Amino acid sequence: MSRRIVGFSLTALTVIGLLLAGCAPQTVTVTVPVEKPVQVTVPVTVPVTVAAPKGAVTVLGVWGGSEFEAFAAAVEPFTKETGIGMAFETSREQATVLVTRVQAGNPPDIAILPQPGLLVDLAKMGALVPLENIVDMDQLKKDYAQAWIDLGSYDGHLYGIWFKGALKSLVWYNPRAFQEKGYPVPTTWDEMIALSDRIVADGGTPWCIGLESGAASGWPGTDWIEDIMLRTAGPEVYDQWVNHEIPWTDPAVKRAWELFGQIARNEKYVWGGTTGVLSTNFGDSPRPLFDTPPGCYMHRQASFITGFFPEGVKAGEDYDVFAFPSIDPKWGVPALGAGDVVVMLNDTPEARAFIQYLATPTPHEIWAARGGFLSPHRGVDLKAYPDDLTRKQAQILASAEVFRFDGSDLMPAAVGAGSFWTGVMDYVGGKDLDAVLQAIEKSAQDAYK
Amino acid sequence: MSDWLSQVLATLAAILLGVAGIAGLFLGLDSLVGLLPQRLQPRVRPWAYIGPALLILGFYLVYPTLNTLYLSFLDARSERFVGLQNYLWTLTSPEMHVAFRNNLLWIVLMTTFSVGLGLIIAVLVDRVRYEPIAKSVIFLPVAISFVGASVIWRFVYAYKPANVPQIGLLNAAIVALGGRPIGWLVDTAVNNFALIAVGVWLQTGFCMVILSAALKAIPREILEAARVDGASEWRIFWQITVPMISSTIAVVATTVVINALKAFDIVFVMTNGTRGTEVIANRMYKEMFSFLNFGRASAIAVILLLAIVPVMAANIRRFQAQEEMR
Repeated sequence: MSRRIVGFSLTALTVIGLLLAGCAPQTVTVTVPVEKPVQVTVPVTVPVTVAAPKGAVTVLGVWGGSEFEAFAAAVEPFTKETGIGMAFETSREQATVLVTRVQAGNPPDIAILPQPGLLVDLAKMGALVPLENIVDMDQLKKDYAQAWIDLGSYDGHLYGIWFKGALKSLVWYNPRAFQEKGYPVPTTWDEMIALSDRIVADGGTPWCIGLESGAASGWPGTDWIEDIMLRTAGPEVYDQWVNHEIPWTDPAVKRAWELFGQIARNEKYVWGGTTGVLSTNFGDSPRPLFDTPPGCYMHRQASFITGFFPEGVKAGEDYDVFAFPSIDPKWGVPALGAGDVVVMLNDTPEARAFIQYLATPTPHEIWAARGGFLSPHRGVDLKAYPDDLTRKQAQILASAEVFRFDGSDLMPAAVGAGSFWTGVMDYVGGKDLDAVLQAIEKSAQDAYK
Repeated sequence: MSDWLSQVLATLAAILLGVAGIAGLFLGLDSLVGLLPQRLQPRVRPWAYIGPALLILGFYLVYPTLNTLYLSFLDARSERFVGLQNYLWTLTSPEMHVAFRNNLLWIVLMTTFSVGLGLIIAVLVDRVRYEPIAKSVIFLPVAISFVGASVIWRFVYAYKPANVPQIGLLNAAIVALGGRPIGWLVDTAVNNFALIAVGVWLQTGFCMVILSAALKAIPREILEAARVDGASEWRIFWQITVPMISSTIAVVATTVVINALKAFDIVFVMTNGTRGTEVIANRMYKEMFSFLNFGRASAIAVILLLAIVPVMAANIRRFQAQEEMR
C-alpha cells in the first residue's frame, strides 16, 4: 500500500471517528443549573435506542421527581398497548433548551410547556405541528371548555392539548389552629383583613408569603396581583391588562398592587417581615403553617403547593383550603389557573399516537389518583381523585364560570417573566409603586410591539 | 447501574477515539505533506499542523462573532433590519444602566480585593514553614465551579426571621452575637457586595498562586542586599517586591478584570439580577433565552466584547514586551 493511501485512509478514519464520537452517546441526560444535576434516564418500558421495537417518543418537559414518576405511570398503558416507549428529558431551563434545539434542527417529538406564551412563540417560529387532523376535534370540544381550547390555539390552529391544570385562587390554612382560636373562614376581602388584624392582635402572624424562586423569583406575587385584579376589575379589564390594552399605570392595575401591598408590605402581617417574603423560597414558605404554635395562619398558593407540604400532614385535618375571597361583590369569586400544555414538534406516527392517547381521560385519571394533580379534562371521573379536598378543586377548575389563565404566563416574556417579576420584588422591597409601574409600563410598551 | 457503566464506557471510548483520532489526523496530514515536492514541504507543513486548530477556531469563534455582529442590527427574531436600535436600547434602558453600574463595581472591587488579598497572602505565606498547606487551603475554591460556589454561598447567606433558628452561617453568627439577621441577597444596601465577595473568594487563590510564583523568582541577592543596607520590610515590599513583580500583577489583574466583565454564573444562580444586582452578561442571557430577543442579546454581546478588547489588547502587548526582553 502506498504512503498516499495510508495517509488518506488515516485521515478518513479520523473524521469518521470524530463523527462517531460526536453522535454516539444518545443518553438522555439533562444538567440543570442551580440545583444538583438531574439525570433522568427513563425507559418507561423500552430503553431509548434507535432499534426499539416500535420506536420511542422523545418528550421534553419540566417535570422531575414525583411529578415525573406520576407522568411515567400515566404513560405506561400506552406503551403496553402500542409498544412505543417514551424518552423523557427534564429541564428547568426548558425554554432555553427547546429554542436552542429547534434552531439546531433537533427538537424533541413532544414538549410539555408550562406556559401558553411559549406555545405562541414556538408557533410563530413555525416549530409546532397543527393538531386539527390528528385529534378528533368534536370529541375535544366536548372534553375541554372553550377557554382551554382557545389557550391551546394560535392564529386559528390548535397546537396544544392541556394535560395538567392548576387552580391558583386558593388560600391554605390550618383548620386545627383556626378552631382553637375560634377564627372564622373569611368569605370577603374585608373579613380576611379583619381576621388578619385579629391574628396580629392575638400576637400571631397571619400570612406566609415566599417570593424567592431562583431565576424566577417574584412569580408568586404576580399570582396574587392577578387574583386581586380579577376580583376588583373583572375578567374583561383583566384581559385588557394582559393584552396591554390598558397601561400598567391604569388606576385599576394600581389598585390591585396596592391591595397586594396592604398584605405583603405589612411587616406585622407577614412571616419574617418583608425581608422574609423576599428571601423565603416559595416551596418552603407554607411550612410555618404546620408549626406549633403556627408561624402563620394563611397561605395563598396554587393547588400544586400540597406537594411541598411536610411529610405526613393530612388533607382536611392538618390543612384545608378556602377560595381566595371576593373583593368587589360584582365580580364574585372567579378562578385563576394555569396548566401544562402538550405540543408536537415532529410529525411522526409515534408522536401522533402519543398525543391522541393524552387526549383521552385514562392518563389524567392515573395521575389524578396519585395526587397533586388536577385535570382540565371534563371526561375525567371525579372519583379518580384521592380525597374530597382535591375533588373540590377539580370541580372548581373544570366547571368555573369565569376562568382566567395566569396572566403573567400570557404576557410577552420580557414582561410576564421579566419586568413583572422584578417589579414585584422591588415593590415588596419598598420601592415606590408609581416608579415600579412606570418601569414595567416602559418594558411593556416595547415588548408588545 | 448498567446506564452508569455504559456512560463510563462511552466516555472512555470518546477519550481514546479523540486522542487516537488527533494523533491519526496529524500523522495522516504529515504523510500527505510528505507526498509534495521536496521544496514545497517546509512551507506547507506548518499549515498542516495549525490548519485543524485554525479551522475549529474559525468555526467556533470567528464565525459566531461575525454572526453576532450581524444579528445585532436585526430585530428580535432576526427578520428585519433595525439599524442601531438595539444599541440605542442597550445604552439607554434603565435596566442596562443598572447592569453597567454593577459591572463597574465588580471590576473595581473584585480586582482590588482578589489581587490585593492574593498578594498579601502570597507575601505572608512566603515566610512560614506550613506554606504549602496554607496555599492549598486558599487555592481550594479555585477548583469549585462558579455555579457550585454560588449554591454553597446561597446557604451561607440564607435568611430566616429573627425568631426561628438560622440556617445561614453568616446570619447564625450575627444572631449569636445578638444582632438581627440580614437579607444578604435582597437588601439593596449589601446584596451587590455579597455577590462580589463570592467572586473574590473564588479568584483570590488563583491570584495568590501566580503572584507567589513571581515572588519566588525575585533574586535573593537583591533582597539580601536591601536588608544589609538596612531597608525595612515595608520599604522592601513597596520598592523592590512590587516593582519587580509589577508585570505579573498587571497580568493577573487584567485576567480578573475580564472575569469581572464576564460575571454571570454567580448572579444568575443567586439573584438572577433582581433587587438591583443585574450585570451585563446576565441581561444578555435573559434577552436571549428568556425574552427571545436575539437582536438585543447580540447587541449586548457586541458591547461586552468591545469592552473586553482593550483589556485583552493591553494584556497581549505586555506579554509581547516581556517576551522581547528575554
